Amino acid sequence: MSVSAPVGTDHQLARLLQIGMVLEEVVEARAAKHAQSMEEGMHGEMRALLAEAAEESAGHRERLAELVDELDAERVPFDQIEGLVEAQYGQTKPEDFDGVLYDQLCNEETAYKFYDDLIGAIEESDATFSVDRARLLETLVAIREEEAAGVERVTDLMEREGAGTPPRGVEEDSGTDDHGGTPREERG
Amino acid sequence: MNTADQYLKAIYLIQREEDGPAATGKVADAMGVSPASANEMIGKLEGRGLADHEKYKGVRLTDDGIERARDALSTYCIIERFLANVLEVEAFRAEARELEPVIDDLVAERLDTIIDRNPACPDCFDAEADACRYLEVGPEPEGEKPAD
Repeated sequence: MSVSAPVGTDHQLARLLQIGMVLEEVVEARAAKHAQSMEEGMHGEMRALLAEAAEESAGHRERLAELVDELDAERVPFDQIEGLVEAQYGQTKPEDFDGVLYDQLCNEETAYKFYDDLIGAIEESDATFSVDRARLLETLVAIREEEAAGVERVTDLMEREGAGTPPRGVEEDSGTDDHGGTPREERG
Repeated sequence: MNTADQYLKAIYLIQREEDGPAATGKVADAMGVSPASANEMIGKLEGRGLADHEKYKGVRLTDDGIERARDALSTYCIIERFLANVLEVEAFRAEARELEPVIDDLVAERLDTIIDRNPACPDCFDAEADACRYLEVGPEPEGEKPAD
C-alpha cells in the first residue's frame, strides 16, 4: 500500500507527527506491560530488549514532540496513552511469550512503515512548513533507521528463541507490494 | 489506505444504503471525482475480481470485494474514533477523510489497541452521519462537510 496523498499543511503535518508520538507511546507502554507480565529472573534477553525498545521509543517521542512544538500544536501526553493502553491491554495482550515478541515485531514494523510513508508524503509535497524541511526529514529518516534496526533485533531474538509461525498479519504483511518494502526484506 | 480501498468502501456504503448496485454517478460523487475517473477505477476493481459492473445498473461488490471494503471501513472507523476520542479533534470527520489515504492498515491496527471500538464495527457505521452510531459526538459542522 502506498501513500497517495502528499502532506499539504502545517496542521496535517502536526497531526501526523502526533500520531507518530502516539505510536511511540503505545510501544513504550506495551513493552513495559509485557516486561511486567514476565516472572522475575526469567526471559532476561527478552526483558532487556523490551526495556531498550521502551527507552528508544521515549527518545523518538521527545524528538517528535520538539517538531510538534515548533508547529504550534499540542503534544500528546504519555500518561494519557499509558492509561489507554492499560485500559485496553486485557483485550489486546499477546497470549504467550512468542506473542510478546510478535507484538514487539509488529510495533517496530508498524513504526517503520509509518515513518517510511510519512517521509514519502513529505518528499512528494511542495508545501512550505514552519519547521525546516531538511531537519524534519533528517529527524524522521534517523528514527526510521532505528526502527529498522529494532526489527532486526527482534527478528534475531525470535530466531534464537525458535519462535513458531507468526500470527495472521505479521507474515502476510512482509514482502507484499501492498505494504511496501519491510525493513527485513530490504536488507535481504 | 490506498485509492482502490477507498473506492471499495464508498461502493460498499452506497450498495448497503440502496440495497442493490451502486450507480457510478453516486460512486463518483462520494469520491469527489468525475464519472469517467470512477468508471476507470471500477473497471480495475472488476479486473481484480472485486466488483461486477453491469451497464445502466451500476456496480456491485463480489464477496472478496465486500470483505476488503469492510476492512477498509473498519480502518476508517479506527481513524475517526482515534481522532475523536484520543486526540479530541472536533472536526474528526473532515480530518479522517484527509488522513485516510496516508494512514496504513498496520498503523490503524496499532491505534486500535488503545480505542474502545464497538464489537459490531463496521456494521455500526452510519453513512449519513459519516461516523459510528456509537461514537458520542455531535453532527458534523456545515463548513467541514465535503463539497457536493
